[in-house]
Amino acid sequence: MRRLQAMLYRNRWLFSRRIIQLLIIAAFAVELPAGGYFAQGNLSSSVWFGIGLTDPYIWLQSLFAGAPLGKAALIGVAIVAVFYLLLGGRIYCSWVCPINLVTDLSYWVRQKLNIKSNFTLSKNLRVAILGLSLLLSLLSGTLAWETINPITLFQRELMWGSVAGATVLASIFLFDVFVTRRGWCSHICPVGAFYSELGRMGRLRVKATQLGACHGCAECIKVCPEPHVLAPVVAKKAAFVTSGDCTRCGACLDQCSTGALAMNLSFKKQGEFKGISVVSEH
Amino acid sequence: MADKISVAAEIAEPERRKVFRKIFRQLGAATVITMFGKAVLDSRPARAANVLRPPGALPELEFNAACIRCGLCVEACPYDILHLASWSDPAPTGTPYFVGRNDPCRMCPDIPCARACPTGALSPLLTDIKKADMGVAVLVGHETCLNYKGLTCSICVRVCPIIGEAISLKPIKNERGVLQIPTVDSSKCTGCGTCEKHCVLSEAAIRVLPRELGLGVEGAQSVGRW
Repeated sequence: MRRLQAMLYRNRWLFSRRIIQLLIIAAFAVELPAGGYFAQGNLSSSVWFGIGLTDPYIWLQSLFAGAPLGKAALIGVAIVAVFYLLLGGRIYCSWVCPINLVTDLSYWVRQKLNIKSNFTLSKNLRVAILGLSLLLSLLSGTLAWETINPITLFQRELMWGSVAGATVLASIFLFDVFVTRRGWCSHICPVGAFYSELGRMGRLRVKATQLGACHGCAECIKVCPEPHVLAPVVAKKAAFVTSGDCTRCGACLDQCSTGALAMNLSFKKQGEFKGISVVSEH
Repeated sequence: MADKISVAAEIAEPERRKVFRKIFRQLGAATVITMFGKAVLDSRPARAANVLRPPGALPELEFNAACIRCGLCVEACPYDILHLASWSDPAPTGTPYFVGRNDPCRMCPDIPCARACPTGALSPLLTDIKKADMGVAVLVGHETCLNYKGLTCSICVRVCPIIGEAISLKPIKNERGVLQIPTVDSSKCTGCGTCEKHCVLSEAAIRVLPRELGLGVEGAQSVGRW
């Protein structure tokens, strides 16, 4: 019993994330006994209890493609954008996006099979793809990324049981297993790049709690899907993770055995470490 | 001496040269990838003629830009006729469509699909379903249509939701006698696809086509000989 408790505790963020992810998928896909669904639509644009939510990135492509502004979509975009702007953009990636299930599974398989091969890709690649998708939307008058976007593809496959795009999902899975560590989500996907830019100022942050609690084992960095975001914190150069790339997945918190990390809302600017300035002035 | 100068020049310049080389390389890559991407997008299958948009859809080009691929219209349809195009369907990925021959639009007076659209790709200005323009029915099979063979099948006329207006029987006389020919009034037909659905032939003799394809468009070439 204690072991079970310990296991649950050591995976508290992971399990919370999985529950939220699956609940979101179920809200779209599982029909209620009374008929209908909790959420209509898909992650492009959905209606939850009468409130419309719209993905700002897809909407932006539509705008570049030359669409007129629809009122409902505009309100939906504002709600979603403000949420991620305030809390942190890539919360979308690790708590909402269904592709995270696929790529996390890839990562797990990769670990189990002890695959070390890693084709190095630049983190800037996804930003370039983001720019490219907007440029192509402008040039072609259609939503460029939506032609292949695996997120909505996944939902369509699930809801209407088409399999034409299953090969896309399979290739993402295999790419992440065999080609590049965390290849898709951390290097290629422009949706993540967009949310990273959007949520640069997000205030939900992974934070170092007490000076001295961390003994520098760097286990958190090993499990982090975006390892560079934690480096300044472990090196005691910053009191919290400020990079927009942090997905707030909590893998570091699950991994840390010393309680040196916490995730909470912080409204401080930078550098305060329990009252002691960690970024030296000179 | 000359050698020395060129070596010196090479040492003095590399930083700037490197920057330029990097910029040009990236510009080159960006141009090539953009062209390739544009070509790929343009080569995606255009909407097939039997693929119809829900009522109120903007003209195809604007629709492709405005539709956000969310599927709210699909879920709003009480008859489940709409689908979102998957990768292999003959329409831009993720856009909603229906095929009249499989399942026609039932022309709900409250147009729930258009009301559900968050972006206006299905126009909120369409309030009267009889003004919808999903396409236009055209009797294409003059050799196969049973009415042309002298029978009075007329199923297409009898199932039309705008009965007697959008499609009606017009008598024409030929060597077999008087034929009752189903005739579409293109100004009344909404392109719902009900006639195509119920045509008794194994391939329908009457088909809903996009308006410009079904009716032709005036212009360009002068009429008659010249």
